[in-house]
Amino acid sequence: MKLKKKNQIKYFLLSVLGLAAFFGIWELSVRLGWVSDRTLSAPSAVIETLIRKLTDAKPDGSTLPQHFWQSLKLALSSFLVAVVVGVPLGWVMGYYKVADRLLTPLFEILRPIPPIAWIPIVILTMGIGMRAKIFIIFLAAFVPCVINSYLGIRLTDPVKINVAKTFGASPFKIFTTVCIPSSLNMVFTGVRLSLNSSWTTLVAAEMLASSRGLGYMIQLGRTLIRPDIIIVGMITIGITGALLNKLLALLEKKIAPWRYRDEA
Amino acid sequence: MREEAKVKVRNLTKSFGELLVLDDISFDIKKGDFVCIVGPTGCGKTTFLNLLVKLIEPTSGEILIDGEPADPKKHNMAFVFQEPSAYPWLTVEENIQYGLKIKKMPKNVIAERTEEILDVLGLRDVRKTYPHQLSASLEQRVVIGRAFALHPDLLLMDEPYAQMDIKMRYYLEDQVIKLWQRTGSTVLFITHNIEEAIYLSEKCLILSNKPTTVKEEKTIDLPRPRDIALPEFIALREYVTNQIKWW
Repeated sequence: MKLKKKNQIKYFLLSVLGLAAFFGIWELSVRLGWVSDRTLSAPSAVIETLIRKLTDAKPDGSTLPQHFWQSLKLALSSFLVAVVVGVPLGWVMGYYKVADRLLTPLFEILRPIPPIAWIPIVILTMGIGMRAKIFIIFLAAFVPCVINSYLGIRLTDPVKINVAKTFGASPFKIFTTVCIPSSLNMVFTGVRLSLNSSWTTLVAAEMLASSRGLGYMIQLGRTLIRPDIIIVGMITIGITGALLNKLLALLEKKIAPWRYRDEA
Repeated sequence: MREEAKVKVRNLTKSFGELLVLDDISFDIKKGDFVCIVGPTGCGKTTFLNLLVKLIEPTSGEILIDGEPADPKKHNMAFVFQEPSAYPWLTVEENIQYGLKIKKMPKNVIAERTEEILDVLGLRDVRKTYPHQLSASLEQRVVIGRAFALHPDLLLMDEPYAQMDIKMRYYLEDQVIKLWQRTGSTVLFITHNIEEAIYLSEKCLILSNKPTTVKEEKTIDLPRPRDIALPEFIALREYVTNQIKWW
């Protein structure tokens, strides 16, 4: 028990050391002039900007919390639509042959098109409003949801299906009581990938004319040659993404408790 | 008075393409009987069970339960597979209730049966846990409980203890006997372990090599609980062993 605690402290210190080394080298390389501070800001400058941006709307028109909130709304709403549409679609395609044959070829063609390649056609058809941005992020988040739910159904252990069959379960009952629960492992992986995609596509979507949002802030930072603002935006995206992932993991544990062993 | 057969198998034949696996198998099983099927390895025992529960269709012949063609939707059937088959997303008690819920049994029956099975199999302490938290043998007990909870008209068991060590096997065999006596189910048990077959069954169906037929129906009329060291037991075991020899 004591040993375990000791190890935990050791590993924690290692993590801190890794981060410290990274930021230390970064700070030094700017301070010592290896890299011009016109192209890369030192961490200390970034932190300064970060703190200032919490309340200051200059030079990009909005405070960091305003940008953040705008982006979070955009990413999460697209993500939710993608999950609500994509997961059931994947399930149905995975279980019902008719749906599979009807939709899979289309899906296979649309799947390799990167979400960014959709931007021009989306601008032409939907304009540059919120709707267009949601659609772009939705496309990115939708694909992993469908694929993983589809595979989750396909990978259901046939023995478990046969158990239900010998009890006389109807195909629909087998779908809902065996295939869907057994697919949840894969579904959660898909949902996590989907959350990541929606968060990473955010910047691309906000390249469509916007006046607020982390992606917008980063773009403007480039125009104004303010690497500190760019990095503040990047770090905010990074930390939020990590936090959302953690949140999702907690949710998983609630929805699918059977996947987790008791820490005894 | 002639006892009506619960399960009638008539001229059951199955071939996969050119390969004839089961050749004209016919036999009867009485209600509440415990029948073991033994035979040389690879003689199509599993194919045979899969046919009985309609997981695959026979090439010809039929299986009747209470005079009607066997149909999992109509009859109470249950299958204990060789592979682990507890549902990992259900707790022990939910697993046991699964078949009952599929059959839309009334709530009070479900509750009653659950308690019965938990008691007989000694699973009361783990009723709220998930299968992955249990040992392999406990998990198999859950699966057996799930099958017996239905009080099935026909329960098929396909080498359910193939993966267990000897001690666990003896223990689980006794539990199956207990459940069988208590629920009055008709059990068809496949095994390649002849001692197990003699220990468990009222009747042994000895299958031949492929194409498989029923070579002999051997009644096992030893008193229960059985003693594997009894001379009569050993004699029967040796007899059946000789019967499945194909060399």
